[in-house]
Amino acid sequence: MIDRDEVLHVAALARLRLSEDEIEPMARELSAVLDHVAKIAELDLEGVPATTHVAEVTGRLRPDEPCESLPREVVLAQAPAVSGDGFLVPSPQA
Amino acid sequence: MSASELLDLSAAAAAQALAAGEVEASELFDAYSVRAAADELNCFTWVAPEDPAPQLAALQSGAPLGGVPLAVKDLFCTKDVPSQSGSRILEGYLPPYTATVVERLQSVGAPLLAKTNQDEFAMGSSNENSAYGPVLNPWDRTRVPGGSSGGSAAAVAAGLAPWALGTDTGGSIRQPAALCGIVGMKPTYGAVSRYGMIAFASSLDQAGPLTRDVSDAALMLRHMVGRDKRDATSLSFPHEIALPSAESLEGIRLGVPEELTGEGIEAGVLGAFNASLQQAERLGAKIEQVRLPHAPHALSAYYVIAPAEASSNLARFDGVRYGLRVDADDLVGMYTHTRHDGFGAEVKRRIMLGTYALSSGYYDAFYGRAQRVRTKIVEDFRSVFERVDFVVTPTSPTVAFELGAKTGDPLSMYLNDFCTVPMSLAGIPAISIPCGLSDGLPVGLQLAGPAFSENALLDAAYALERTIGFDSTPARA
Repeated sequence: MIDRDEVLHVAALARLRLSEDEIEPMARELSAVLDHVAKIAELDLEGVPATTHVAEVTGRLRPDEPCESLPREVVLAQAPAVSGDGFLVPSPQA
Repeated sequence: MSASELLDLSAAAAAQALAAGEVEASELFDAYSVRAAADELNCFTWVAPEDPAPQLAALQSGAPLGGVPLAVKDLFCTKDVPSQSGSRILEGYLPPYTATVVERLQSVGAPLLAKTNQDEFAMGSSNENSAYGPVLNPWDRTRVPGGSSGGSAAAVAAGLAPWALGTDTGGSIRQPAALCGIVGMKPTYGAVSRYGMIAFASSLDQAGPLTRDVSDAALMLRHMVGRDKRDATSLSFPHEIALPSAESLEGIRLGVPEELTGEGIEAGVLGAFNASLQQAERLGAKIEQVRLPHAPHALSAYYVIAPAEASSNLARFDGVRYGLRVDADDLVGMYTHTRHDGFGAEVKRRIMLGTYALSSGYYDAFYGRAQRVRTKIVEDFRSVFERVDFVVTPTSPTVAFELGAKTGDPLSMYLNDFCTVPMSLAGIPAISIPCGLSDGLPVGLQLAGPAFSENALLDAAYALERTIGFDSTPARA
């Protein structure tokens, strides 16, 4: 069972504000899902490796060569706020 | 050809008619854009302007698809066309580039007709999690079309598009295809580039076709697969996707896993499924009972792995580079308020679930174990495919359910993915074809095969489709 404090701790990790009326339902719903998925604790998985990738291929890296990227003004055009040639954000320590 | 005759053509038939000069690309595009603009099911988040001239002018002469319009799930980036992944946080977002798979289809003659509605960030099995409203099922407008590619499925079923592109993470192509009475295919993981797909769970996400029949699925898939240097997980497909032609299932062994064909499957769904197995036998297939002992745990593993990956992927929505920003005094306040207002309830739930499963103290018990269960599921399929060619199951445990029926209970919603999630975790290809009706609503049958068995899978599905003779017209009437 996940309690209110745990919900708020996880929400802080996820950079997600929850309004007061979202906290209790979130605790209840997460608890129900986690109770269900906790069934995998019953399986004997001693010595079983974790899957890291389903396709049996090794990493294929492209040559590290400079190539064209999107023009700065095209990228900045979708930003909520810009300053000069960069993204504008509020101060981390207001 | 009259407009209604045009709209009745399958995509493959339309491509032939275009190649033979019996139909003009602009005529076909017009017929569909008029039809799509009159949509009453909320299938679309954007429909192309009626004048297709610029898109059609770009058509290469002799392009294999010749101008068959394509509907594309909202989460594919399409240059200068809204791509919002069903979310408020991306409302009005106009990407500066187009997803590889969309670009490939456009380059062989499939102009963009519309963007389709979906569950927010592909999280859902009913399309009720879209910030742009639910999609209605054309077979019964009080019911859901399935999800998350619900708009794509409903649009194809209702004849509002010749075919559509969707994505499948745990069943998001196959389940809505089943609930809408059409064909939907999830290819082998890595077969199709994910570049330009707004990510949900990167180790599972795959793009695939939603079509009126199996031949159309093969035709679209042929032009989708292949290595893309912009997606390091994409693979060169070992051979060309062929158009299916099999008329029998002679020599084919079908494995029926008892874990996915018993408890929890609606009686009417099992009835239609079993009737199709008998038809498969008459076509020459051998039916065998097989075991996938870890399949019942697939859902649990999936609902750890997928949210874990999602919590990481969705960290990029922070109000800095694109999409919604909610102002606050400091940086963290801006992040948390933006994400509070921008994400819907299900997305918040999954981010919380994934963050919890990855957090210190819980990582091994949840994420670590889930990844090891995944290995067991991969091994289960590997040993079954030593005995049979394909695994066959119902696609969805139920037919289309009423709007609102499961929105209050996330766990019951997650159970919709019971039969489709094991194949996703194993990265293997699977196709859903309509196999009959239960209470007047379509039932889907799922065939799954080993990695890169797409051609054999399409052939088997094609033979079965011809014998079943499912009539999809009620949904288009």
